[in-house]
Amino acid sequence: MTTLTRQRPVWAETPSPPERAAKAAVLAAIALAVLFPIYVVVLTSVSPASAINDAGGLVVVPRGFSLAAYSELFAGGVVTRAVAVSVGVTATGTAISLTATTLAAYGLSRPGSLLHRPLLFLVLMTFLFGPGMIPSYLMVSSLGLIDSYWALVLPTAINAFNLVVMRAFFMNIPGEISDSARVDGASDWVILTRLVLPMSRGVVAVVGLFYAVGYWNAFFNAILYINDNAKWPLQLVLRQYVQQGQNISVGALADASQSASTLPPSLALQMAIVVIALVPVLALYPFVQRHFTKGVIIGAVKG
Amino acid sequence: MLDRRSRPRPDGRALETPSPGEAGPRSPARTRRDGRETGPRKKPLRARLRQDWQLLLMTVPALGLLTVFHYIPTLGNVIAFQDYSPYRGIWESPFVGFDNFYWLLTDPAFWDATLNTLTITAFQLVFYFPVPIALAILLDSVLSPRIRMFLQTVVYMPHFFSWVLVITLFQQIIGGAGLISQMLRQHGYDGLDIMTNPDTFLLLVTAEVVWKDAGWGMIVFLAALAAVNQNLYEAAAVDGASRWRRMWHITLPGLRPVIVLLLILRLGDALNVGFEQFFLQRDAVGQEAAEVLDTFIYWQTLAVGEWSYGAAAGLVKGVVGLVLILVANKVAHLMGENGIYRRTS
Repeated sequence: MTTLTRQRPVWAETPSPPERAAKAAVLAAIALAVLFPIYVVVLTSVSPASAINDAGGLVVVPRGFSLAAYSELFAGGVVTRAVAVSVGVTATGTAISLTATTLAAYGLSRPGSLLHRPLLFLVLMTFLFGPGMIPSYLMVSSLGLIDSYWALVLPTAINAFNLVVMRAFFMNIPGEISDSARVDGASDWVILTRLVLPMSRGVVAVVGLFYAVGYWNAFFNAILYINDNAKWPLQLVLRQYVQQGQNISVGALADASQSASTLPPSLALQMAIVVIALVPVLALYPFVQRHFTKGVIIGAVKG
Repeated sequence: MLDRRSRPRPDGRALETPSPGEAGPRSPARTRRDGRETGPRKKPLRARLRQDWQLLLMTVPALGLLTVFHYIPTLGNVIAFQDYSPYRGIWESPFVGFDNFYWLLTDPAFWDATLNTLTITAFQLVFYFPVPIALAILLDSVLSPRIRMFLQTVVYMPHFFSWVLVITLFQQIIGGAGLISQMLRQHGYDGLDIMTNPDTFLLLVTAEVVWKDAGWGMIVFLAALAAVNQNLYEAAAVDGASRWRRMWHITLPGLRPVIVLLLILRLGDALNVGFEQFFLQRDAVGQEAAEVLDTFIYWQTLAVGEWSYGAAAGLVKGVVGLVLILVANKVAHLMGENGIYRRTS
């Protein structure tokens, strides 16, 4: 990624002021189109009831601050449970996926090793033809994983694209490094953990983020495999209470003894759920963002 | 500046030449990077096993998962040829030949879903596909690294939001009860009816896709732009080409390989418009507009219980998709591009 200061080449003409203004306006509009919805949603979720009533809906101009919606949602109830499920599934799933993917990516990264071609072919074939929704469902159900959290993890644990990205990265590490280690008697396991992985933090971070985001956002698997709504991950709760606009009853929300009158307005609650779904992604993302271009390009090109 | 020019083309080159050790004939000149002996054929199997057993072991978890959740279910497609009943299971259910397919291909609902899917693909090809290219060219022209970085961060971001979240945000901003409708009503106008209107559904889903993924799609083009030889621009400028002409004659040709590749990939993926986006909006918009093949399969099966029928629909979709990919890839090769996999000649 070019982070060096670029200068206008001497031969290039400077754009006229109107041109520059137009460009700035377009870029600002693009940034605003992304940021404005997020801003409004976050602001509404932390606004007191009076501000929401005054605005008659989403709050655009900040007036007051209140975390009532969040304390309500985290008081133990549907949302608290869903967050716990999503966090657990994301953590477990990412750990499993990342481990299996890294191992396989390294295992398939040595040109000429035994069987590496047919095995790689098996991985790449998954790009071309999926098993389909129904046979996958039957497989999961015949393993007895319906209504099990494992159904949210295992079927999507290996993503061939991520595997190929990592493999490509490993193959770009100069061979001399592992050569010298091998001369010193290091096994492949030692080379992977002591040499290759420390050099590959960027790609591991990116692939880890891809997996984590995938698990956090998982909706399809949950709708297929989780019938018991006590086991719903956050995305299903988001759909139920926010997208479909179902009212959140006090009982469903919390076991707390609060009456409906003291509850924050439902819009604030809904927006708070949105923010809870949003925050982990926003929090993780800046740290790995700078590795994106490299990682994605390698994968996209070599896939 | 110099740095940008003299940099080896990190991605552009990889697009054109196979990397060492990848597919391609085993040539005698091939050097092994890891220093092991070349010509593995010469070594006996047992020696190679002793040398590589750790590597093989490492692939076991991933391949095991792929076997259980990809390859075995693929075989499970056999129920498309059965009158499958969950009580009897795959082994006991009777085979019925192509009955399910006959039923499927004479079912107007299937063709409606197919038509919707293809319409959406075609529409997005025209109204989504160029957006990341334009965005990349625009962003590439930003000189200040800080502003550039900021904009990149912002436009990549929505890619990482779930569809539920994206649709919720759209609902809150432009939906019937959303922010803009509310403001319109306060000023005495009618509110918007975009989120529930089947007639504008195509526009809506395309707008959602643009919002969510245009920034992400831009990455590939940004990288391709960085690989364009800057001397070409200078030469063109010296010859008197204006900025627009330079964009037309240098930038766009520079992007051509990537554009062609992604276009072909998209065509090969024509039947996949995604499940979640349509599943989530199907109720609000109605199934005439929002039923695509994936949601059709879901409703036919898990909701109605016609397992074999749904599997048949899935199989048709998968096979047609596979053929499309292979054809698209063939076209890519004929056009001198690498396609999704390289020619193994």
